[in-house]
Amino acid sequence: MDRRRFLYAASALPFSLIGCGSSGNSGGQAALRNVSYDPTRELYQEINQAFGRRWQAAGNPAVMVEQSHGGSAKQARAVIDGLEADVVTLALAYDIDAIAERSKFLPANWQQRLPNNSCPFTSTIVFLVRKGNPKNIRDWEDLAKPETAVITPHPKTSGGARWNYLAAWGYASRKYGGDESKSREFVSALYKNVPVLDSGARGSTTTFAQRKLGDILIGWENEAYLARKEFAADGFEIVVPPVSIKAEPPVALVDHIAGKRGTRKVAEAYLRFMYTPEGQEIGARHHYRLSVPEVAERHHADFQPVELFTVDGMFGGWKAAHQQHFRDGGLFDQIYQPGT
Amino acid sequence: MARHRFIPGFGLTLGFTVFYLSVIVLVPLWFLVLRTTSLSWAQFWAIVVDPRTLASLRLTLLTSFAAAAVNAVMGFLVAWSLVRYQFPGKRAIDAIVDLPFALPTAVSGIALTAIYSSNGWLGSVLEPLGIKVAFTPLGITVALIFIGLPFVVRALQPALEDLDPAVEEAAAILGAGRWQTFLRVILPAVTPALITGFTMAFARAVGEYGSVVFISGNMPLKTEHVSLLIIAKLEQFDYAGATALGSLMLAISFVLLLAINSLQWWTARRYQGN
Repeated sequence: MDRRRFLYAASALPFSLIGCGSSGNSGGQAALRNVSYDPTRELYQEINQAFGRRWQAAGNPAVMVEQSHGGSAKQARAVIDGLEADVVTLALAYDIDAIAERSKFLPANWQQRLPNNSCPFTSTIVFLVRKGNPKNIRDWEDLAKPETAVITPHPKTSGGARWNYLAAWGYASRKYGGDESKSREFVSALYKNVPVLDSGARGSTTTFAQRKLGDILIGWENEAYLARKEFAADGFEIVVPPVSIKAEPPVALVDHIAGKRGTRKVAEAYLRFMYTPEGQEIGARHHYRLSVPEVAERHHADFQPVELFTVDGMFGGWKAAHQQHFRDGGLFDQIYQPGT
Repeated sequence: MARHRFIPGFGLTLGFTVFYLSVIVLVPLWFLVLRTTSLSWAQFWAIVVDPRTLASLRLTLLTSFAAAAVNAVMGFLVAWSLVRYQFPGKRAIDAIVDLPFALPTAVSGIALTAIYSSNGWLGSVLEPLGIKVAFTPLGITVALIFIGLPFVVRALQPALEDLDPAVEEAAAILGAGRWQTFLRVILPAVTPALITGFTMAFARAVGEYGSVVFISGNMPLKTEHVSLLIIAKLEQFDYAGATALGSLMLAISFVLLLAINSLQWWTARRYQGN
């Protein structure tokens, strides 16, 4: 019996260690906490180090940025429920809106406080296809063809997947001149081609790359670059459609928490640092599109041209988009109603 | 006849039991129900009868039941081998049974999906035979069998250890065949333990998220587990809707557990009565 207990403990040990390792740089003096979403781990590792150096060089005491990563909405709920975040850097404005609305930790107009809708880095939604692009996928149109299998996560559980959905809808809406029933038909046809709705973007990448399911993976441009590098042997190719959505992952100071913890000054400097040439260069290294024109100019050749529409311009903001598409019984749910 | 209690401290331990259960189990669950009450009955009912909810309830209960049933049979065999026979590596096998307990469920989910998807070790063999496992209800059942196995084995082991092989010998001497011995002598003796194991495996399966979410494919109306619907509501900050589904599952689980437990009491009493 005692041996059995020991085996329990022994077998659980490595996993608990992994758990500690992934929870980020704890220990030391944690001066600033950045609560972020999943795929930004590497980006903020680099940002945090560079910012730390700048901040200290300017005669300030050393600052340690503590990172927390998880699904975007899950992170927002954690902040609402009491996780003390000095800054939040999430996948969509809707999640930060939820914090502002429910906890009042930051003002409702938070997104107007920093340039470019509070997005130092942006991206867009692109296609990752198999080597040689055997299905010749060039545009959104090709994803709704009956013989194409499309991989994208569940919009109800993944913030990233909502960008994918809205990109497809926006394309159709432009094509059909805003005709809702035609747009709905197009998006329905596209989602009929989705064999598996993983709960998050990472799961979809695994399904596409390792389970070899689907002809095309819809996803963020920066993550497509990462996936192409990670699975270099598979020779995946990135296809940038002629039209797509501007993916805007915003950053914000959480006034109430930063005020309470006395970190407001360093938190503001941290967010501003992302808009400096040095911060922008880091973003470019991680394949984000940039918000500061002078720096973006230098990396012009790194990105394929694409015509971008925005959530605000096409859907009237996240709240309206959510109300129309993602709430229970909304347009996304209607795709899957029985008998359709 | 009033039985004399020879262990002191009944009042104290009962008091502690009630207090402890309240703090650990009842208060959080009460909070769950309380949060649901921010919905009107009509809103609550609309969530319950939504086709997506009904489909996921059906999927969750059926796969959980199938998995627990398979575990009851296969777990019995495993427990029987471990208790009755001596063989090299027995301790290692005994320890392996516990692994599904210790493994984070997401890890098991990813591993199972890798094995059973169409390009995996088993999936690539089964798929040409027309058996699709990953991203189907069958895959969900496989994951639930995996996480539920230790419950049945660990519940049965002590009961089988208590069963004296001499009883079987006696049955044989009295002229019982092998099946008769099994059905009339062994099975009744271990049925209460078997039901306990079944119940725990079933209950565990109903609430599972980590392993199921990877292998299910999460297709609306087809392979959406109730846990996924709850997460989906939370992702939209619909706390009331999520707790409504949670309360519904709570009620269903409670009724089912109560029924199974009554069955267990009944069989235990019947066996002792004989």
